[in-house]
Amino acid sequence: MSFLAVEELVARIPDGAFVALPPDYSGCAMAAVRGLLWRPARGLRLLGVPQLGLQADLLIGAGCVAEIETAALSLGEHGLAPAFGRAWEEGAIAVRESTCPAIHAGLQAAEKGVPFMPLRGVLGSDLLGLRPDWKVIDNPFAEKDPILLVPAIRPDVALFHAPLADRAGNVWIGVRRELLTMAHAARRCLVTVEAVTEEDLLADDRTAAGTIPALYVEAVAEAPGGGWPVGLQGAYPADDAWLARYAREARTEAGFTAMLAEFVAR
Amino acid sequence: MTREEVLLLIAEVARLLEGCRHVAVGALSPIPAAGALLARELADGAMRVSILGSRRHSPFTDGGRELFDCAAQGRIDAFFLSGVQIDGAGNVNLLGLRREGRPIRRFAGNFGAPYLAFLVPRLILFRTDHDPRSLVERVDFVTAPGSGPPGVWRRGGPVALLTPCCRFAFRDGRFLLESLHPGHDLEEIRARTGFAFALAGEPAVTPPPPEDWRARILGPVREALAEVYPAFAAGLGG
Repeated sequence: MSFLAVEELVARIPDGAFVALPPDYSGCAMAAVRGLLWRPARGLRLLGVPQLGLQADLLIGAGCVAEIETAALSLGEHGLAPAFGRAWEEGAIAVRESTCPAIHAGLQAAEKGVPFMPLRGVLGSDLLGLRPDWKVIDNPFAEKDPILLVPAIRPDVALFHAPLADRAGNVWIGVRRELLTMAHAARRCLVTVEAVTEEDLLADDRTAAGTIPALYVEAVAEAPGGGWPVGLQGAYPADDAWLARYAREARTEAGFTAMLAEFVAR
Repeated sequence: MTREEVLLLIAEVARLLEGCRHVAVGALSPIPAAGALLARELADGAMRVSILGSRRHSPFTDGGRELFDCAAQGRIDAFFLSGVQIDGAGNVNLLGLRREGRPIRRFAGNFGAPYLAFLVPRLILFRTDHDPRSLVERVDFVTAPGSGPPGVWRRGGPVALLTPCCRFAFRDGRFLLESLHPGHDLEEIRARTGFAFALAGEPAVTPPPPEDWRARILGPVREALAEVYPAFAAGLGG
C-alpha cells in the first residue's frame, strides 16, 4: 500500500484497463477522472457498479473509452448522458448491456474466486439475446428449473473516492458497501479520499465494520473535494447547478468540449 | 399534470399497495414514492417503504446488491416500473427504440428490471403520460416480459398500469380498463392507447383522494418526500 499524489495514482491505470466505477451517488473519484481526461487515457473498458454516470460520460466524450459494461448510463435526474448518446449513435463505443443484479453477482463470483454465479429472473428478457456469454442451465438440484448463470467479473482496477483513510491505507466507506465488493473483486484497487486520519480505522468496531482493509488497497491519494461535482454522501452534496449546465451544454460537441475544458482546468 | 391529477395518482398508487408489508421504490419516481408513503401512513405502521437514493428512507446497509438480494428472498412485495414503451402484453422496454430490428435510439438502460419483474410479486407499471407512442402494440425490445415464459420460475409480474388518464388491471396476459380518472372517457383512452385492451362493463370513475388522505399527503408524506424529491414536495403546495 502506498500513498501517492493523484497524478501518480492515475498513472497506475494503463490504457486499455478494465476499470470498475461506482454510480454517481456512491463515491466517484472525479479528481482521478480529471487525470485520465488530461492524459488522455485511451481504450478504457468501464464497468458500472451497477450503473454509470458523469465520469463515464466525460471519459466517453473525450475519446478515452472503447467499451462499457453497465445496467444503465445516465445523469440521473439531469437526464440522459449526452456524450454517450452521441458516441452510441456514431457507433464509436461498444456496449455490453447488463442489469444491476448481474453485475453485482458477477463481482460476487470474483470475490469468491468461482467462475460464475446463478441468478433468478432475466429469462424471457431480450437482454439474454445480447449476452452470448451468459448461459442458461437446468438447476442441478431440481427438476425443470432453468436458471441463468453469469460469469465472474474481474476488473483490472477498482477506482473510487471515499471519505477517509488511515495511515495504514485502510479506507472507510461507511454504508457504501458496493465499494467493498469492488475492492474484493478487482485485481487492483486505487482510492482517492477526502482526508487521512491518524487514528487506526480498524481499532474500533464502529469504524472497522465500514472499512476496506489495506489488504485490498494498492494506493491511496488524498484529494479533498475529489467528489465534485457529483458529491460525496455524508460530506457534501452534488453541484446540481453545474450538472444541469453540463446536461444542457454537452448536447452539442462544442458545448461538451467547453464543459470538458472547464472540468479539467478546475 | 395539474396538482389535482398528481394527488389523484398518489392516492391510486396507495390503493394498489394495500396489504403490502414492504414496498420498494426506484430512482426518479416521485409519484410512486409519494403513493407508497401514503400507503404506509394508512397502514398504521404495518408497511415498510424503501426509497432508493434516500439516506433516511432506505434501510439497506449491504451495498447496491442488497435490494436485489432482498427481493430474491421474497422480502419485497411491490415495486414500480416505468418504460420507454409498455405494450398490451405487459412487456416493458427500458432500453431503446428499434426499426426493423436495428437499434435507432438508446435510453439509459435496463437497470434492474429484467430481474425484479420476476422476483417482486406485485409489479405496478406507471407512466407520467398517456401516449400511443409509449403505450404500444408491441415493444421494440423486451426489458422485462409481462408474463412467462412458461417453465421459468417467477414470483409475480404486472398487476396494474397507472397513467394520468386511467388505471388498467393486468389479468391473464392483457390489460383491462378498470377506471377512468375524472375528465377522461373511453373514446379518448382508445385514441391515446396503442394496444387493444379489454373491458368488463362500464369502467368506474377513479375516486378522488378523501379529505384525510389529502391531509396526510400534504403533511407527513410531503415532509418525508422532501429529503429525496425537494422540488416535487414543494410543488404539492399547501
